[in-house]
Amino acid sequence: MTTPDLAALVLTAWLAFATTAVLLVIGTPLAWWLARTESAGKPFIEALVALPLVLPPTVLGFYLLLLFNPGAPLGAFWLSVTGDTLTFSFAGLVVASVVYSLPFMVQPLASAFSSVARAPMEAAASLRASPLDAFFSVAVPLSARGFITAAVLTFAHTLGEFGVVLMVGGNLPDRTRVVSIAIYEHVETLAYREAHALSAILLLVSFVVLTLVYAFNRRHSVRVG
Amino acid sequence: MICVFRAFARVLPAFGLAFWLALQPTTAGAEVARVAVASNFSTAAKLLAAEFEATSIHRIRLSSGSTGKLYSQLRLQAPFDAFLAADQERPRLLEAGGFAVAGSRFTYAVGRLVLWSPTADSVGPRDLERGEFRRIAIAQPALAPYGAAAIEVIESLGLRATLEPKLVYGENIGQTFAFVASGNAELGFVAASQLGDRAGARWLPPEASHLPVRQDAVLINADSMAAREFLAFLRSDAALALLHDFGYAPP
Repeated sequence: MTTPDLAALVLTAWLAFATTAVLLVIGTPLAWWLARTESAGKPFIEALVALPLVLPPTVLGFYLLLLFNPGAPLGAFWLSVTGDTLTFSFAGLVVASVVYSLPFMVQPLASAFSSVARAPMEAAASLRASPLDAFFSVAVPLSARGFITAAVLTFAHTLGEFGVVLMVGGNLPDRTRVVSIAIYEHVETLAYREAHALSAILLLVSFVVLTLVYAFNRRHSVRVG
Repeated sequence: MICVFRAFARVLPAFGLAFWLALQPTTAGAEVARVAVASNFSTAAKLLAAEFEATSIHRIRLSSGSTGKLYSQLRLQAPFDAFLAADQERPRLLEAGGFAVAGSRFTYAVGRLVLWSPTADSVGPRDLERGEFRRIAIAQPALAPYGAAAIEVIESLGLRATLEPKLVYGENIGQTFAFVASGNAELGFVAASQLGDRAGARWLPPEASHLPVRQDAVLINADSMAAREFLAFLRSDAALALLHDFGYAPP
C-alpha cells in the first residue's frame, strides 16, 4: 500500500466519522419531529429527506458546485467565516456527505422513535421530567437499536460516496481524495493492483460493518407494544 | 399489481419491435459509428459530426471523456469504432497492443493550452507568480494530456512548488473548465477550443513551454465504413477550417 492510498483510507474514515457525528446532531431532532408530528407539512419534509436516495449524485454535485462557489451566498459566507472555500475542501465534503447521507440517519431513527409509546413519555412527564430529560432518559434508551442502525448505515454509506465527491472535491491528496476517488483514478490509469488493494479493503470493511449491525439487531431486538 | 405486469407483458413484444426498428439504419448501407472523443474536442466533434452527417448516409454517436479513461475502456474492448484522443501516446499504445487498426493513426489537430480567468483583468506568468488567488484548476495530468501540458508550463515557469497547494484537478478538461466557469477556481489551464468568445482574461503560454498537444485519431473497428469515412472527413478542408475556428492548429 502506497502512502497516498493510506492517506486516502484515513481521510475516508475521518469523513465518515465527521458526517455521522454531524448527522447524529441534526438528524435526531428532525427524526423525532417526523415521528411525532401531525403537521400537514410532514410529507414535504419526508420527501425532502428521502430525495438523496433517488437523485443521481450528479444533480447534488452540480447544485453544490453552484452553492459552494465564493460568488454564491453560502460559498461567500463560508469563505468569510473560515477563510477557506467549501469546494475542494474537507469541510465541503462533510457538508455534501451530510446532505447525501441524510436519509440513512433520519429514516431508521424516525422509525425507532415512532415505536416509542406515548405512555412511558407521559409517565416521565408526570414525574416532572422536562421534555428534554424525558427524551434522553426514556426515548433514547428505548431507541438504542435505531441509533446504532442509523449511525452505522450513515457511516457505511459515506465510506462508499463517490459521485458527489468527484464533482466538488477536485481530487486533492489529504483533503478530498477519498478511497472511492483513488480507486477510480487507479482503474483509469490501469493501475489494477492498487485498485484491487483498496477495493478489497473497502469491500471487507463494509461487509464486516453491516454484519455487525445485523448481528446486533438480532440479539437486541426490541419488543414493541 | 399482477394484472399490470400481465398488461405490460402483452405489449412488451411491440416495444421490442419498435426498439429494434429504431436501431435499424434507415438507408441501405448506412451505419452508425460510435466515436470516443477526448473532452477538449467534444464541442468541435459535435459540429464536425453534424457537418459530416449532412452529406453522408452514416450517423455518428459521440462519447466524451478523458483520454486516459477512454483508453482504459478501449483496452477492455469498449464498443467504439474510432477514437479521437488528446495525445499521440494512447492511440500508439492501442495500435501496438492490437486494440486499434494498424496504420490507421494520424494527427487530426494540434491543441492549444490557455490560462483563463473569467473574472480577472489579466492573467499571465506574473499573476501566477503573485498567486493572488485561492485555486487554480488543471486537468489530471495522469489522465488528460492538457493537464500534463499545464504541469509542463508551470514547471517551465519554476512555479511548481508555489502553485502546488493551490492546484485542483478536474477529472478531464471539461470538468476543469466547469470548475473555472462556475467560479469555484478563479483561473485554470483549459483548452483554447473550449473558450470560444467567452469573456475574461486569457494567456497563451509560449509554444516552447510545453510540448504541442498533438491529438491523434485511430480507427478501432476495421469493419466500420462510417468510422472510416468520418476519419477521412476530419482531414478534409471543410473540417480543417472548422478546427481553425475552434483554436486548433493544423496538423
